[in-house]
Amino acid sequence: MKKNQFIEKLIHGIFLLLGLITVGCVLLITVYLVISGIPAIKEIGFVDFLFGKEWASTASEPKYGILPFILTSIYGTAGAIIIGVPVGFMTAVYLSKMASPKVKSVMQAAVSLLAGIPSVVYGLVGMLVLVPGIRKVFNVPDGASLLAAIIVLAIMILPSIIKMSITALDAVPKEYEDASLALGATPIETYFKVSVPAAKSGIAAAVVLGVGRAIGEAMAVMMVAGNVPNMPDSLFQSVRFLTTAVSSEMSYSSGLQRQALFSIALVLFLFIMLINVTLNFFLKREKE
Amino acid sequence: MKKIISMMVATVLALAMMTGCSNNNTTTGSVSTDGSTSMEKVIGALGESFQNDTGITFTYNPTGSGSGIKAVQEGRCDIGLSSRALKDAEKEAGLTATVLAFDGIAIIVNPENPVNDMSVETIAKIYNGEITNWSEIGGNDAEIVLIGREAGSGTRDGFEAITKTEDACKYRQELTSTGDVITTVAQNPGAIGYASVASVKSTVKAVTVDGVEATEANIKDGSYVVQRPFVLVTKADTALSESAQNFFDYITSADANAIISAAGVVPAN
Repeated sequence: MKKNQFIEKLIHGIFLLLGLITVGCVLLITVYLVISGIPAIKEIGFVDFLFGKEWASTASEPKYGILPFILTSIYGTAGAIIIGVPVGFMTAVYLSKMASPKVKSVMQAAVSLLAGIPSVVYGLVGMLVLVPGIRKVFNVPDGASLLAAIIVLAIMILPSIIKMSITALDAVPKEYEDASLALGATPIETYFKVSVPAAKSGIAAAVVLGVGRAIGEAMAVMMVAGNVPNMPDSLFQSVRFLTTAVSSEMSYSSGLQRQALFSIALVLFLFIMLINVTLNFFLKREKE
Repeated sequence: MKKIISMMVATVLALAMMTGCSNNNTTTGSVSTDGSTSMEKVIGALGESFQNDTGITFTYNPTGSGSGIKAVQEGRCDIGLSSRALKDAEKEAGLTATVLAFDGIAIIVNPENPVNDMSVETIAKIYNGEITNWSEIGGNDAEIVLIGREAGSGTRDGFEAITKTEDACKYRQELTSTGDVITTVAQNPGAIGYASVASVKSTVKAVTVDGVEATEANIKDGSYVVQRPFVLVTKADTALSESAQNFFDYITSADANAIISAAGVVPAN
């Protein structure tokens, strides 16, 4: 008996330790980012850094304004949501409510497969197919642009939106729908006026999850967006996102340039924290 | 069987320890280098191989050509690294330059582009935005799409220094690797880019500059002008320490050429 108790406690301790590894990593990254991100913001000046319109980190008179990156990240994510959410949402309604079990299983497998494709593959296909395609279709000199990034991001966020929405729609009690149908509503009316409103916080969580995925993506975006630190004035402009600003210059950076890259990472981190808080808010509401 | 294996392991270990000892006994000291960030790749590869072969500690401080030259002058390092030729004033101050390698940069365009030759002035005008259409220099009527490398890249640094377009390039795309530049230029008929000569592939066309082709021989004799020397800077009147002299001989010998070529530049010796 005593031996059993000892083993129980030992295992309890080991599991606690393993759990603490995760917490420790999060704390370590947060502390490290804050410590290494603050000095450059101080040196450059908070307003000049966040609202400066020009980034020229290796020029003889360096400029460190990240407004172009912030706006690009916001526009890019918003664009991906505008394209991705309607497509993902309709797909989820179809799969959850209308599709036959056979179609549903095949399509869900396809969605899972889409989620498993590495981002560098999205980037490569974007670079070899989408970028030249945009150049020809819109007759612009070069296709690497904000639009290309938006399209790639929209496809990348589809799986998260579809899966999360399906879960929310499947959880709507069948009685609600039966009641609506019994009162004479058509199936379509029932889905959009009963099922969807009942699942709305789950669907909102799906959208927020999509935002989080889009704003944090670096690799695929770097391969199609052109990476010039322009203000995002047009869809066909070559732009740089917050994520790609960090990753494209990190390898050769030094001094204040390197510190400023950490500050960009800190800004991105704050954005993602904000999104996580929003996501938790929606998920909690759905549970209640 | 087990015995044989364990004996073999023991022998190998003993040998490794002996070689380790002999390294420590015969060659003490270290060699320090300081200078050009563009030379990071080639000097890093040479240093690593030297350290493996001899056990002498090698250090490299990436500060920039100017600082490297100053450091060797003030005796703060053994060998200075410069990615430009020494100025006359620096030579008069008692410094010697030994060319280690040449960094040749090819100007690449899409194979469909009819333009085959450009002058350095034309290249500079294209990159700082004075010439924006291929028809202005005898090509098709299409906008020129400028492809470059990210800030801080050695190739970008070299290209902009040679064409004197520092901080003035109006890039359409800034990519993070030579491979990406080549792929992008291969995709877009209006594109122009630059890449180190060693990595140019048949999917793109390297133009001749002032009529000279970017071949290894032309880079070596200086007739291909979009290139810069990688220079080892030493003091003329003071002898190098034993370990530094070892390193100097090692990297300027013909045996080091394979490592230098692998780093994407043309060996000088």
